[in-house]
Amino acid sequence: MTTGCHASKDTVMTPSVRLQEMIRVIRSARTQGEERGIIQKECADIRAQFRQGDNGERSHSLAKLLYVHMLGYPAHFGQMECVRLIASPRYSEKRIGYLGAMMLLDEKQDASLLITNSIKNDLSHSSQYVQSLALCTLACMGSAEMCRDLAPEIERLLRASNCYIKKKATLCAVHIIRKVPELAELFTPSARSLLSEKNHGVLHGAVVLITELCEHNPDTLDQFRKAVPELVQIMKGLVTSSYSPEHNVAGISDPFLQVRILRLLRILGHNNDTASDAMNDLLAQVATNTDSSKTAGSAVLYETVLTIMDINSESGLRVLAVNILGRFLLNNDRNIRYISMTSLQKIVQTDHNAVQRHRGTIVDCLKDQDTSVKRRALELSLALVSAVNIRSMMKELLIFLSTCPPELRSQTTSGIFNVAERYSPSKRWHIDTILHVLTTAGGDVRDETVPNLIQLITTASELHCYTVHKLYRALVKEISQQPLVQVACWCIGEYGDLLLKGECEEIEPVQVTEDDVLDALETVLQSHMSSPATRGFALTATMKLSTRITDNVDRIRSIVSIYGSCIDLELQQRAVEYNALFKKYDHMRAAVLERMPVMGKNSPGHTNGDTSGENKEPDPSKPKPVEAGLLSEPASQVCDLLDLLGGTDTPLQPNPAPTSTPTTTSSTDLLDLLGGLEPTPVLTETVYEKNGLRLKIQCDKQTETEVMVTLIGSNSAQNDITNFSLQAAVPKSVQLQMKAPSGNVIPAHGLGQVTQTVVLNNPNKVSLKIRIRVSYSNQGVMHQDTVQIDSFPSPACQPQSALCDTYTSSASP
Amino acid sequence: MMHFLLLFSRQGKLRLQKWFLPLPERERKKIVKDMTTMVLSRKPRTCNFLHWKDLKIVYKRYASLYFCCALENKDNELLALEILHRYVELLDKYFGSVCELDIIFNFEKAYFILDEFLMGGEIQETSKQSIAKSVEASDMLQETMEEYMSKPAF
Repeated sequence: MTTGCHASKDTVMTPSVRLQEMIRVIRSARTQGEERGIIQKECADIRAQFRQGDNGERSHSLAKLLYVHMLGYPAHFGQMECVRLIASPRYSEKRIGYLGAMMLLDEKQDASLLITNSIKNDLSHSSQYVQSLALCTLACMGSAEMCRDLAPEIERLLRASNCYIKKKATLCAVHIIRKVPELAELFTPSARSLLSEKNHGVLHGAVVLITELCEHNPDTLDQFRKAVPELVQIMKGLVTSSYSPEHNVAGISDPFLQVRILRLLRILGHNNDTASDAMNDLLAQVATNTDSSKTAGSAVLYETVLTIMDINSESGLRVLAVNILGRFLLNNDRNIRYISMTSLQKIVQTDHNAVQRHRGTIVDCLKDQDTSVKRRALELSLALVSAVNIRSMMKELLIFLSTCPPELRSQTTSGIFNVAERYSPSKRWHIDTILHVLTTAGGDVRDETVPNLIQLITTASELHCYTVHKLYRALVKEISQQPLVQVACWCIGEYGDLLLKGECEEIEPVQVTEDDVLDALETVLQSHMSSPATRGFALTATMKLSTRITDNVDRIRSIVSIYGSCIDLELQQRAVEYNALFKKYDHMRAAVLERMPVMGKNSPGHTNGDTSGENKEPDPSKPKPVEAGLLSEPASQVCDLLDLLGGTDTPLQPNPAPTSTPTTTSSTDLLDLLGGLEPTPVLTETVYEKNGLRLKIQCDKQTETEVMVTLIGSNSAQNDITNFSLQAAVPKSVQLQMKAPSGNVIPAHGLGQVTQTVVLNNPNKVSLKIRIRVSYSNQGVMHQDTVQIDSFPSPACQPQSALCDTYTSSASP
Repeated sequence: MMHFLLLFSRQGKLRLQKWFLPLPERERKKIVKDMTTMVLSRKPRTCNFLHWKDLKIVYKRYASLYFCCALENKDNELLALEILHRYVELLDKYFGSVCELDIIFNFEKAYFILDEFLMGGEIQETSKQSIAKSVEASDMLQETMEEYMSKPAF
């Protein structure tokens, strides 16, 4: 083990020995606990040392404390010691004190302010190495306040000192400007003159300072544009200079300085023709002459390319830059390939054609072992897809998808879908591509994929047969990929008849029986791999098939009735409703389950899945009877539908006027019939019909002691009915409450209706009767009629005895 | 500018930490943990660049030590590799065939050398010889015991 062989060891008092001893002891600890014990003891020693007066031990103690701090133990009790040591005239103590300040103090600590004065004094110290300590510490942890205090000192040192101090003062100035931007003005004058220095350290610092000044202030930037020729000269000198051992790195003369100058030139040439012109030749020279076999040269070339692309360079120069990046792509060094792709990504939009030339190499990088490189290659490849190369690019992307690391999969699937949507050469290709992705990486696709794919499938009507065959086969193979299974179920439910027909032009014919299809769907329903949403899809598909198959309808009936007692609430509700569709509403079943129309494309950002809280996977096919009325309305209405069916209790909202004519004219009746979305059937009865006015009573809700009915007035005459009002009377023990009517005008031709809700409270459970007086005007003639309702349209309200004699009358509110 | 420079061993033990931005102790510890986890989990033959938050992380392994630094977006990663290499060269020149133990037992010297090379997150001096001379001269200033005790404390 070396202990730092050093020429000056003899003259040094070797404080390190004691530090090294402690380090050795700590490292010999075999457990964490043992180490803690040692450290506790050492810290106690250190604290004791600090408390004692000056005994020549202070700097060792602080050094020990700094080591302990690096191991992760608390060391705040050393902060004041740093302050004291910094103020000491002994160099050893200053050196370790300043180091301690940089490690233990930051601008948030109060103690940091205490060293400001020491720093100020040390900035004017006779020894440049003491000055150096002060400068370094200020640049490392100087707070805004300290910077303000000491800025004039730094500025003085910038101008009048030796190179060693000048270069440090320059970087100190950079720090000050970052902390207190207003002080930039202070340093601007001296900055320019620093460019004429020969010392590379000072020159480098000067370039950094000027860069900082330009970035802070556009006016300063204008000023410094005048320095472009000077900078170009310096660069030229570096590039063409003969070998200088002091600055040479792998054949490049001071690559650090070259890179900084190039970066400054980039800022100065950006958006400025004059400046860009002035540096054009130089950039061409650097680009062509720099040897990039080692990292140093590549670093310079890289910076050159960035500069060329960011200023107003000639097109020839730009092509040169892109070609350099293309060469980088072929470099053995993975870092350089990575850099190249990051740069190409930046310019792929602006210089698309130039980058396209390197597409082949970029696609090859998809096969690189490094995930970072793969990621860059993926982003670039996606950006390079065009209508011309879509087929070949997609082949590569799909190959990539099958072998890519898991963290890149969802990015890949999203990217593939995006480009497929934009550039697919045919619908069949598009569908095939999506199916391929779903089979390979179904678990990593976005939620919108399912409704988007379904929408796409509906639009490709000539491919329905092909699609359903393909999906059926995929389903039979395996059912673990949920998005694929969902789409497959939907298609089978929708186009099952095409599947059963057996023939399809574009695909090899396979005989599929009704039992086969139902088997497949039942497997999905019963599988533990199926998510609740998927099972919903499967159940609905099964139901739909009841109108598309001939022999096995009973099997469907039994499946549906079984799920009527399923634990999953969603499935249970669906099954119960489908059951109802079989029983009470069998006459409507065919209409309800008929083929879905083509769906319009959703606006971006609006997905079906967003509208409901319950359904995570949207089901655009959930056929509630209400759907029949909205079948041919555009997609936005379909989404409203999902809104309603999302399981919320919001009442049916009146739909805006449909843009296309509805296919069923009885839609309003249908809605009436079903009222709110309660599974229990609701009945209406007409109680009065005269002069075109028709009054119906609808029983909304009944319990043993309470009944809620809605009176509905409609008008089939040629003229509107006005001043329409209702009054009601009920038996004595019954309490009556009439809610406000929806209006008092009933438009003609059945175009509208008036409703009024009435609540009857029947605590004694007498037989319910209600007498209603109807008043209205028709063509200027007042009418008034009374009608008595002895029986309500619901079993719960059957009359039990004869008429009651006395009624309490109640005027409508 | 460079935001920080860390040296740690293959077991994740920190050997040097230089912070060029003011950060509370708690956050520094977290960053060190993140860096060691990220870098140590990198497979061999992968590139030396990583993305972390909005910074570019450049790391290089020298024998048993990982040198890891964080750059801003506009900084040149390839040059950062050269910076790390330059620092290793400086340490090598000073200690003579430097190894991890040198840096463990003489950590304060590693800092002194670094402070002659980088300042405020930027390169201070691009000449190896110049840096070596400065460090040597500073070491010379360290007093002998007699000189040390003859000077007043404050």
